[in-house]
Amino acid sequence: MSTGTTKLDVVVSDVVPVNELVTRFHFRRRDGELLPTFSGGAHVVVEMRDGDRTRLNPYSLMGSPLDTREYTISVRRDDAGRGGSLFMHRQVKPGQEMVISYPVNLFSLDLRAKKHLMLAGGIGITPFMAQTSQLAGASGNFELHYTCRTASLGTYADVLQQRYGNRVRLYHDDREEHIDLDRLLSSQPLGTHLYVCGPAGMINWVRDRAANLGWPPETVHFEHFAAPQPGAPFDVTLAVSGKTIRVGEQQSLLEAIEAAGVDPPYLCRGGVCGQCETNVISSDGKFIHNDHWLSEEDHRSGCKIMPCVSRFEGKSLVLER
Amino acid sequence: MAAKTIISRPVYGTLSPRPGKHHLFIADAEGALAITNMAGKAPSGFFDGAEIVFIPGPEGKHVAALEALKPMQLHIAPSFASLLPRLKQTLTNAHMGLRLYLAGTEGLIGQAMQVALEAGIDHTSIETEHRGSLARRVQCVHCKGITENVTTQPATCSHCGLLLLVRDHYSRRLAAFQGVCINAEDRSESPPIEEVFR
Repeated sequence: MSTGTTKLDVVVSDVVPVNELVTRFHFRRRDGELLPTFSGGAHVVVEMRDGDRTRLNPYSLMGSPLDTREYTISVRRDDAGRGGSLFMHRQVKPGQEMVISYPVNLFSLDLRAKKHLMLAGGIGITPFMAQTSQLAGASGNFELHYTCRTASLGTYADVLQQRYGNRVRLYHDDREEHIDLDRLLSSQPLGTHLYVCGPAGMINWVRDRAANLGWPPETVHFEHFAAPQPGAPFDVTLAVSGKTIRVGEQQSLLEAIEAAGVDPPYLCRGGVCGQCETNVISSDGKFIHNDHWLSEEDHRSGCKIMPCVSRFEGKSLVLER
Repeated sequence: MAAKTIISRPVYGTLSPRPGKHHLFIADAEGALAITNMAGKAPSGFFDGAEIVFIPGPEGKHVAALEALKPMQLHIAPSFASLLPRLKQTLTNAHMGLRLYLAGTEGLIGQAMQVALEAGIDHTSIETEHRGSLARRVQCVHCKGITENVTTQPATCSHCGLLLLVRDHYSRRLAAFQGVCINAEDRSESPPIEEVFR
């Protein structure tokens, strides 16, 4: 069960290829009304009905929060992933009816900041599309540093530069352009907040340097939706509901629990929000933690797991579900 | 050490060195001892990038102890009002990486924090340690005047003269506790006045 969210019945109003990897999807309400208000950094969970399988993947809303006639998301095709992005790219057509969650924001701007410093990597640009629109509409002070592999994969780099000029700085991996991160972080005026969205390695690097250079944790915001990783199948006992289930190779633990008819709380399905945190009653084996929610201590303790993205290898696992 | 009563009542910790490029200390009177205590836990060279602004107060002690830490800068000020322009200027020109440490009386911590909040520093990012007097800055909720160094309960507003119950209800924005008229129904009532905030 998605905590605190209600479903929205939408229709796909447009499908726009952006570059060789990224396609943009537009959604409108089927009843023609306005969609709920959201703020920059919010995401929706898109339900993908693919035969007898339902995938639920989170995507950042990238349109302007000032315009709620439609929601837009951009999906990067991941040929090696679990199939959600391929489903979106291959099977979703204009006019198709779909169901999405209400927007939820786990990566919101701190509007007390004197300045917003944004660091994007690759498809991590999407929440910044909405945040920059929101800030520009309110004369907010921001600066966006965007790293992409090549110019042709710099999704929306052209749009952003056109909109915001030299407030956007691009770095292309293939031209050996790299952020001078320490210099950038050390030259920001007091009262700046830092936002980073991109690959896990980039987020860890930026958080680590910021902490070392004296940025208080309250000023560093990050979002990384970990896609559930495939892995060896494993068996789990759900002690509360008295069921034993098998988690398939391409299935997440949360999906397997849901498939067994148990309805645990969830929100982001990407290891970020903490809603699906589950207590471990007993275990004999090794946890593969992939979330950004639990502390390192929690990970080591073996007492908690985030079933949306984390897995298990070993003899037995009993969960309080 | 102040006990938590209601949610807005500030609680203070013990200064500890944070990672950062510049360290700004503001202290009054016995607050200097919080800094010298912390110095024992600080990595070597920590005070090379530190600035200490100190109000010695009437007893005039502890200056030598702070000099001994060999901070990059030590500025002695006769009062908070006298250091305010300098503090504002420092924060206006500062960069991320500056860490703020406040030690001493509640009035000093609260007023310095008020300036820091305006400069965009989150109150949870500030290291604080309470030392010395528990005297309060109190805002009269009726006339809005602020009375400094309130030590009694109730206390007389130095602006409008009402007798005020000094509450634990605290405003970070105003850096003051709230004082509410204690005998609004019958002004001839005069509850006993006790010295409770020493």
